[in-house]
Amino acid sequence: MSFRLDTGGRFIDRSKPRSFTFNGKAMRGFEGDTLASALLGQGQMLVGRSFKYHRPRGIVASGSEEPNALMNLGRDKTFEPNARATTTELFDGLEAESQNHWPSLEFDIGELNAKLSRFLPAGFYYKMFLWPRSFWKHVYEPIIRKSAGLGRAPRHRDADHYEHFNATVDVLVVGGGIAGLQAAKAAGEAGAEVLLIEQGAHWGGRAPVDGAVIDGVPAAEWVEATVAALGAMPNVAIRARTMGAGVYDHGYALAYERLTDHAPDPSLPRHRLWRIRAGRIVTATGAIERPLSFAGNDLPGVMLASAVRDYVTNYAVAPGKCVVVVTNNDDGYRTALTVQEAGLEVVVLDARSEANGPLAEQARAAGITVRVGRGIESVKGKGKVEKVWVCDQTRDGSNPDPIKADCVAMAGGWSPVVHLWSHCGGKLSWQEDGAFFRPDPERAPNGADGAAFVLAAGAANGELETAAVLTDAYVAGARAAAEAGATGTAGAAATADVELSEPMLPVWNMPERASYALRSKAWLDYQNDVKVTDVELAAREGFESVEHTKRYTTLGMATDQGKLSNINGLAVLAGALDQEIPKVGTTTFRPPYHPISMGAIAGEARGALFQPVRQTPMYDWHDANGAHWEPVGHWRRPYAYVKPGEDVHAAVKREVLATRNSLGLLDASTLGKLVVKGPDAGKFMDMMYTNMMSTLPVGKCRYGLMCSENGFLSDDGVVARMDDDTWLCHTTTGGADRIHAHMEEWLQTEWWDWKVYVANVTEQYAQVAVVGPNARKVLEKLGGMDVSKEALPFMQWAEGAIGQFSARVFRISFSGELSYEIAVPASQGRAFWDALLEAGSEFGVTPYGTEALHIMRAEKGFIMIGDETDGTVIPQDLGLNWAISKKKEDFLGKRAQERDHMTDPLRWKLVGLETLDGSVLPDGSYAVGEGVNDNGQRVVQGRVTSTYFSPTLERGIAMGLVELGPDRMGEVIAFNRVDGTFVQAKIVDPVVFDPEGEKQNV
Amino acid sequence: MLILKCPYCGVACDETELHAGGEAHLTRHGPGSSDADFEEYLFMRENPRGVHFERWRHVYGCGKWFHAARDTATLEVFGTYSAQVAEPPKDVRAAITAKVPGWRWRDLS
Amino acid sequence: MSEAVSAVQGASASGFVDVAEAGLVGMVTIRGDLGDSDFAHAVWSVTHCGLPKKRGIAAGESDQLLWMSPDELLLVCAHEEAEARVQALSAALSGQHHLVVNVSDARAVFRVSGSGSAVREAMAKVTPADLRPRILGVGEVRRTRMAQVPAAICFDGEDQATIVCFRSVGTYVFDLLVRSSKPGSEVGHF
Repeated sequence: MSFRLDTGGRFIDRSKPRSFTFNGKAMRGFEGDTLASALLGQGQMLVGRSFKYHRPRGIVASGSEEPNALMNLGRDKTFEPNARATTTELFDGLEAESQNHWPSLEFDIGELNAKLSRFLPAGFYYKMFLWPRSFWKHVYEPIIRKSAGLGRAPRHRDADHYEHFNATVDVLVVGGGIAGLQAAKAAGEAGAEVLLIEQGAHWGGRAPVDGAVIDGVPAAEWVEATVAALGAMPNVAIRARTMGAGVYDHGYALAYERLTDHAPDPSLPRHRLWRIRAGRIVTATGAIERPLSFAGNDLPGVMLASAVRDYVTNYAVAPGKCVVVVTNNDDGYRTALTVQEAGLEVVVLDARSEANGPLAEQARAAGITVRVGRGIESVKGKGKVEKVWVCDQTRDGSNPDPIKADCVAMAGGWSPVVHLWSHCGGKLSWQEDGAFFRPDPERAPNGADGAAFVLAAGAANGELETAAVLTDAYVAGARAAAEAGATGTAGAAATADVELSEPMLPVWNMPERASYALRSKAWLDYQNDVKVTDVELAAREGFESVEHTKRYTTLGMATDQGKLSNINGLAVLAGALDQEIPKVGTTTFRPPYHPISMGAIAGEARGALFQPVRQTPMYDWHDANGAHWEPVGHWRRPYAYVKPGEDVHAAVKREVLATRNSLGLLDASTLGKLVVKGPDAGKFMDMMYTNMMSTLPVGKCRYGLMCSENGFLSDDGVVARMDDDTWLCHTTTGGADRIHAHMEEWLQTEWWDWKVYVANVTEQYAQVAVVGPNARKVLEKLGGMDVSKEALPFMQWAEGAIGQFSARVFRISFSGELSYEIAVPASQGRAFWDALLEAGSEFGVTPYGTEALHIMRAEKGFIMIGDETDGTVIPQDLGLNWAISKKKEDFLGKRAQERDHMTDPLRWKLVGLETLDGSVLPDGSYAVGEGVNDNGQRVVQGRVTSTYFSPTLERGIAMGLVELGPDRMGEVIAFNRVDGTFVQAKIVDPVVFDPEGEKQNV
Repeated sequence: MLILKCPYCGVACDETELHAGGEAHLTRHGPGSSDADFEEYLFMRENPRGVHFERWRHVYGCGKWFHAARDTATLEVFGTYSAQVAEPPKDVRAAITAKVPGWRWRDLS
Repeated sequence: MSEAVSAVQGASASGFVDVAEAGLVGMVTIRGDLGDSDFAHAVWSVTHCGLPKKRGIAAGESDQLLWMSPDELLLVCAHEEAEARVQALSAALSGQHHLVVNVSDARAVFRVSGSGSAVREAMAKVTPADLRPRILGVGEVRRTRMAQVPAAICFDGEDQATIVCFRSVGTYVFDLLVRSSKPGSEVGHF
């Protein structure tokens, strides 16, 4: 059982005890502990259940590669699932619980799955649950959902907040080990602006634990001095607890800073996502140790050798009293020496036939038993390591001899962390001695300048010895600085003694000729429960591509992204396929390197800042007067103003009737207003609109249509001629920015020699539609300009004063009523609105929202962009031929509208629809025809585009597109309802209110 | 995420400040054109792995459209230039040739 | 004339920088041929400002001209003067191809002030623009975005920046800046 040692621990402060709970049980650790080291310090080896077989699992690693120790942290509004105990810094009051167990961690019913494991091989989902078909939904899926999975999804709104930060630097160095420090120092000395980031809380990486000596002093001292030196350089910024998460095109990188995870403070941002633009990126991300594949290698107590010495050295935690180090290389002896020095028993099993390097000799000299040519046949124990069966590595594992042990330290060799190098297309090459993939500098990710923008350094570049790491990092840092434009010279590189070592021996199966029974208990991917035999099965079944094998077996697809399992899995696949490992290749590395929080990705964009909400000058009035909001683009417009005791339908009805009978007000400020001016503006307007705009007399208004070059209707609105060379175009609310961009595009990229300027003045004006039989009376009451029929007839505009407001008044109507649309400067919009309300009170003035607007326009048969149009509708479909000039040689969309399909008489065309029973047609309903089509679907002959209850007519009204519709007036056709029934509707004229226009033209 | 230098205001723009506008140097065919020409103009687009010419708009900046010559595979940018030209200028073509000898794009080379 | 109000009615807040709406500011968009001496002369006759350099600002006695694009300037003046400037510029530019419109009320203007690099740090949380002093110096106009909306940024000095955005998103931009400058969230990078 693991326990806390009496002395030592680089990171912990024994004078600061910290209390926390695990599965509700009170536990204690120290300041500086990770949750993992604190759990081990308390003897808690069992930390979770595996994904598929619910096998008991313990802590394997000491860093972000940890596959097993995933925790639910916190509760309620600060709850977070799937947090790694190894990267969770301990604080007072931390609450953790293990995952994927039921009913308890110690007694788990799902463990039965393990007994059934031979019935649950790779791909079992695909094979077992096919028949009977109905069982999937009602039996298999609910059971699988309950027993599989990791942490549970949070149920509460996250109480924390998050932010982004944009930074541009010459050189980004990822990784704060000795390579990163050396690279940053070299780049900084050369004069580059450098940002150095480290995922953990400590600088220096592994070197202090591994006993490196740099520039003649212990690595820890060199690290401290170098961090201080970097901190003093004005052009270098260093940041711990900040992980390089992803590398993207053109030097873009994401980094994930954890500000308060180690010391929760709800007033501060929890995480900060750095969006970095770097000239060059140095990845000094180190290397990860590989496990060895022997039977029972997933029992709690089996750990990476490097993790064992991390826990002993950094946290003074012994993972066991009797440690078996099983290794295929010299580095494993460092762990043996460390644990022996801590007073633990240790035996080394070296898979190599000989081990005579300096470290092995040192171990022997220290009295450690070293057995060469040996491997582990199996590890046995009930829920933890109890006995290790030792065998000849080169044979099949027969005749093993037992050793009593409670911890196994696996030293399977090292794999460079190549993730960031690979994210943006960097390729790898296989290094035979060391048996790992390393970055291939000839095939680096290229930047905008066509040169490599990522440089790997140190262990991440395949250099595993201290001296080589420092030299490599120095070169990378200096080169990155020079390529990013720095002109200074880096100082000297740090030096270290050359560490002699003997070659490692790649070991993919232990023992080499392990039987099926042994291989089927040898785990490759702990988190997704993938074993050696699963990968072999995939190969046998024809999944020869590594990408296919990955998906079939789920190897490397868990939240650790195969950090431990990747190379071992590839090697097993290569072996099964009888291929070279580099031929098999790797799966694709994708960001983020390690999971990052959703909150960090969202940054500030949540709650009120989720999206910009565009507000008109009258927004506060609407909000205070019952506005039921409707989003229109980013705008918020009142759908209706709901009064106390009223529902929204009643409000809409009241607004329509009040407007039709007396006086309504609409906040029309959101309508687009574009000024088009210049000597060629008339010519340009004629290209933009389907109708003739160049002939519009000054002072007049004209309704116009705009089409895309593909012929489809894109926007509509009233155009006013301001003066000789100036037009004012009104667009739809959603169309202002789009149509402005559309105009600029044609002016800049096609007709750049035309003298036309366009300006978007939408927000300069607050615009109010004053609508209804009493519209003129209220304006006359306010006084100012002459708004009589004679002075300002229908479809004209004038400039002047309304009351004390300078205004532009347009006599246009979208409701069929007497109507003035009045634009005043936005800064006076609210005052103008208030003045209209006050003057209109004697007429029962009623502000109305978008729904009343829609109903009144539909009663008049006016189309609405987005309702009657959907990007496939041409003006001719809507009976708008009158607004399409036949005189003009050209306008946008004209050529397209000449195509066969556009002139097909069978195109669906706009009509009014009147239900026989007066009901409201369902929105989106289709008119059914006779028979079925080739796909066996009911033939359709039309569809509803707008449908409302008309308070004016007290029945349903609708418009729709119907095949040969205008030729079928009076015919009754059937429309479907969602419940499968049909409703009969008569084809009628779309204009159902005041067809002669007597009300608006007064 | 690309960075393209706007040739009008000189700013090195983040991709999120730009609007992508598809293929560059199309010839408009309007009324009177053949079906084949119109189809070519409206729908047919190059999709090269390598040298490409594109339209971009500095939408969150000066608002100007410009052209970019870049490699769709390596993301190398050979140059950005005025929107008011019917084909890439000589210096941009020379820059491409220096990096990608023998390149072809539609009828350019 | 009724009393005019600005987008967020002069709201202000203090975090590790101070954020305040500047109130109503006169703004006039001027489009024309910036390379034409007649254009420069006409603009001078009204504003008493020379033409600004690319991305720069030219200041006169009371007016400023901001370079917006190769054919666009933004005249900044007193709010109550804007309409008169529009009339005067239109008259002075008659005969040249130009466009002059009052956009004073279409904008919201914010001042962000604080010591050291605090102003740049607060803004770097929401804009992708490279805000390093040697790239975006004092007196230069950078049009970019603030989170999800367009904005123009200009450092008036190291301790103050002016932000211009559309009026309708004034509340959004104000809230963004308040959020970005929350005490304790200093980054310490610049």
